[in-house]
Amino acid sequence: MIPSTFFTAPPEWRWLIVSYFFIGGLAGGCFFLAALIDLFGRPEDRPIARLGYYVAFPAVVVSGILLILDLSVPTRFWHMLIESKTLQPMLKPYSPMSLGSWALLIFGGFSFLAFLAALTDAGRLRARWLARFRPPGIVGTLVALIGGTLGFFVAGYTGVLLAVTNRPIWADTPLLGLNFLISAASTSAALLLLLVPRRWWTLPGVHALRRFDVIVLVLELVAIVALVISLGPMARAWLNAWGALLLVGVVIVGILAPLALHVLDGPWRATGARGRSFRRDLATPIAAVLVLIGGFLFRVVIVLSAQGIHA
Amino acid sequence: MPEPMGFFTDTTVCIGCKACEVACKEWNQLPAANGGVTTMSGDSYDNTRRLDGIHWRHVKFVEQFTPDRTDGRWLLMSDVCKHCVRAGCLEVCPTGAIIRTEFDTVVIQSDVCNGCRDCISACPFGVIGINPVSGAAQKCTLCYDRLQAGMQPACSQACPTASIQFGTVAHLKQTAAARVEQLHGRGERRAHLYGADDKMLGGLNAFYLLVDKPEVYGLPPDPQLPTRNLGRSSLWTVLGAAIVGLVGLFNFRGRRARVEAGREREAA
Repeated sequence: MIPSTFFTAPPEWRWLIVSYFFIGGLAGGCFFLAALIDLFGRPEDRPIARLGYYVAFPAVVVSGILLILDLSVPTRFWHMLIESKTLQPMLKPYSPMSLGSWALLIFGGFSFLAFLAALTDAGRLRARWLARFRPPGIVGTLVALIGGTLGFFVAGYTGVLLAVTNRPIWADTPLLGLNFLISAASTSAALLLLLVPRRWWTLPGVHALRRFDVIVLVLELVAIVALVISLGPMARAWLNAWGALLLVGVVIVGILAPLALHVLDGPWRATGARGRSFRRDLATPIAAVLVLIGGFLFRVVIVLSAQGIHA
Repeated sequence: MPEPMGFFTDTTVCIGCKACEVACKEWNQLPAANGGVTTMSGDSYDNTRRLDGIHWRHVKFVEQFTPDRTDGRWLLMSDVCKHCVRAGCLEVCPTGAIIRTEFDTVVIQSDVCNGCRDCISACPFGVIGINPVSGAAQKCTLCYDRLQAGMQPACSQACPTASIQFGTVAHLKQTAAARVEQLHGRGERRAHLYGADDKMLGGLNAFYLLVDKPEVYGLPPDPQLPTRNLGRSSLWTVLGAAIVGLVGLFNFRGRRARVEAGREREAA
């Protein structure tokens, strides 16, 4: 019997949406990591958290632009938030896209506040009161807690959005949200590792970021295997170039290779602490770039492979 | 409040004249496909191929022939939006563009829709598409404008064989049941109704009489609501968030936590 999902039509979500899933994940993940360092980390790691906020706000702005450009009628983007005929707020808690639009808007607000605070802490803005939007302090702690939670939501809801359709692959597994969330965490840690200036490499926070990336990459591998198993017979839809891309691009290049580089480099020691070598200087940045490539390709496979399937 | 209205499409009397397609396009001022340049499917008399934003009625041609073509039959079905009682498109629409009308039909307001295309992937039947003129997702409205004026939809009025029947859903169900009985009595045992009872998405207000499996007509055998996946998918995502959150917490827990632990130890 042909699966019922094969009789549905593809929404033609393509590169703009793939890019949004990737960049939105980075926005949410970087904010979450920054908030974690601010709330629980050491004071000397605060510059790393600052980098996280520097990434999160511009990334959420780019996310919004990508989403608006993908609409067939971009000037009506605000219809997602306000019902255009009654001018009442438009929110459907059971529609992932509706909830996600609000989450992205509010997350954008919190990431803007933290962005301003980070600029102030770095001495690039003079208004000292803006520094209050970062921990410690009640206001800053609230920004970090609520923003971090919303960041997680932004990173994960996109997978739930794909599941709440009738398309093959997307609607055949409950694990896309979990996979996107884990991938957002690994790509965000990788991006921060890539952005950290070399003189900070001795910071304990950089050490923790690397360890975090290694653990999350292992989790990601488990999650992708679970995803393929959960698809059941539908996994056969990947017995083609998409499956090859998933195996080579996502699993080997994006997970196994960076893991190997991190292990070679000694993941449990601070990078560059002593005995710096060519290998040591390049292993972490190369691993980070590979993780980012793998994370992007994962979204390419998930979003684009489901478009062409029909009865 | 008017009664729920719908279509009963009896595929056994459809002759494939496509008057419904033409009437629908004329009344709803739907543009020609491909800028008016004729494109042939090449393997069928059915050149419309599927429902989309500019084809709200589609006469599906199913050509069942033996390999040597000595025996065979045509199955013809005028397909349309099912106006599901529990509509997946209506559930996911984030703008509120998709509404349920007083006639219990499902209508997309093309001046509200912003073209996010979530409904296209949510529809279990692949009915909805983007209309390139409006940019909005569009589909059959069951001629909402004509219904409000007390008229019947353009397609059912144009249908010369009463394959498309319009009326109250309750009345159509009676008509359909009688027709199935009549066909069974005459030996067409394969005749059955698709979507007439409320087991399928709460009932399809546009339902069909078929003489083969639904798949043969391009209809899903077991259409489901997209929101069936919402709970499970959210739960797994929250679990993922908890795991990643804990991994992060234990990794980045710094001096502050250690100082507190030291204080606790001193207190003890």
